[in-house]
Amino acid sequence: MLQVGLTHFLVIGAILFSLGIYGIITRKNAVMVLMGVELILNAANINFVAFSRYGNFGLNGQIAALFVIVLAAAEAAIALAIVLNIYKTYSNVNVDEISNLKE
Amino acid sequence: MTLYDIIFYLFALITIGSAMLVVTTKNIVHAAFALLLTFFGVAGIYVLLAADFLAIVQIMVYVGGILVLIIFGVMLTNKITSVEIKTGTLNVLTASIVIGVFMGLVVSIMVWTGWYSMPAPIPATTAYGLGETLISDYALIFELLAMLLLIALVGAASIARREKESL
Repeated sequence: MLQVGLTHFLVIGAILFSLGIYGIITRKNAVMVLMGVELILNAANINFVAFSRYGNFGLNGQIAALFVIVLAAAEAAIALAIVLNIYKTYSNVNVDEISNLKE
Repeated sequence: MTLYDIIFYLFALITIGSAMLVVTTKNIVHAAFALLLTFFGVAGIYVLLAADFLAIVQIMVYVGGILVLIIFGVMLTNKITSVEIKTGTLNVLTASIVIGVFMGLVVSIMVWTGWYSMPAPIPATTAYGLGETLISDYALIFELLAMLLLIALVGAASIARREKESL
């Protein structure tokens, strides 16, 4: 049980994923919601790399993790641009108060 | 308990503990710095999974890029009157119960499933193999991702610079 194997890495991925969802649900600030999304992407990456190591898939899992990192960078840039625009329009970024797409 | 196990539990503790701090603290700046620790912990886990190149990419892209972007976002979307920048919370009780059940479910699935496990011998370095695979098997996806990154960055710049009257 204490011997570290595939299960340990998967459990870490599962816990990180749950914490990310918790952050997305409970935080009001849009930037904090983004942090939750980053946690979820990291959890997915841990699973990819763990299966790549223990499932004997060669480097394919690590390639998938690299692609996820690229997508996370693009997502963070776009999302923060949108959040900046929301702040310009509404003077706050609380996701529960912003219910209109237009002023 | 070998040294490998001890280092694994250390990194697991860092990752989970700081991730817990990210989603529970009310101070956004503290959450951003806890996120830094989480990313470092995940990079350590990559190293333990024999993904050395990926660990470096994790530190360079996440810590050097995404986290700086997030802190910029925090600074630009708050009226900074003091060091404390707070966030409100909602649905805490419901979310705690639902996520607690969900976490227990997923973790027990992970623990009780008999995963097929056959570790391959660890290569000396993964950078060579990753580069070769990236431009042979995954060449099309590689090029598409380059296009996507370019479009995303141009789009982000154009969205963020747009003047209010032209909306």
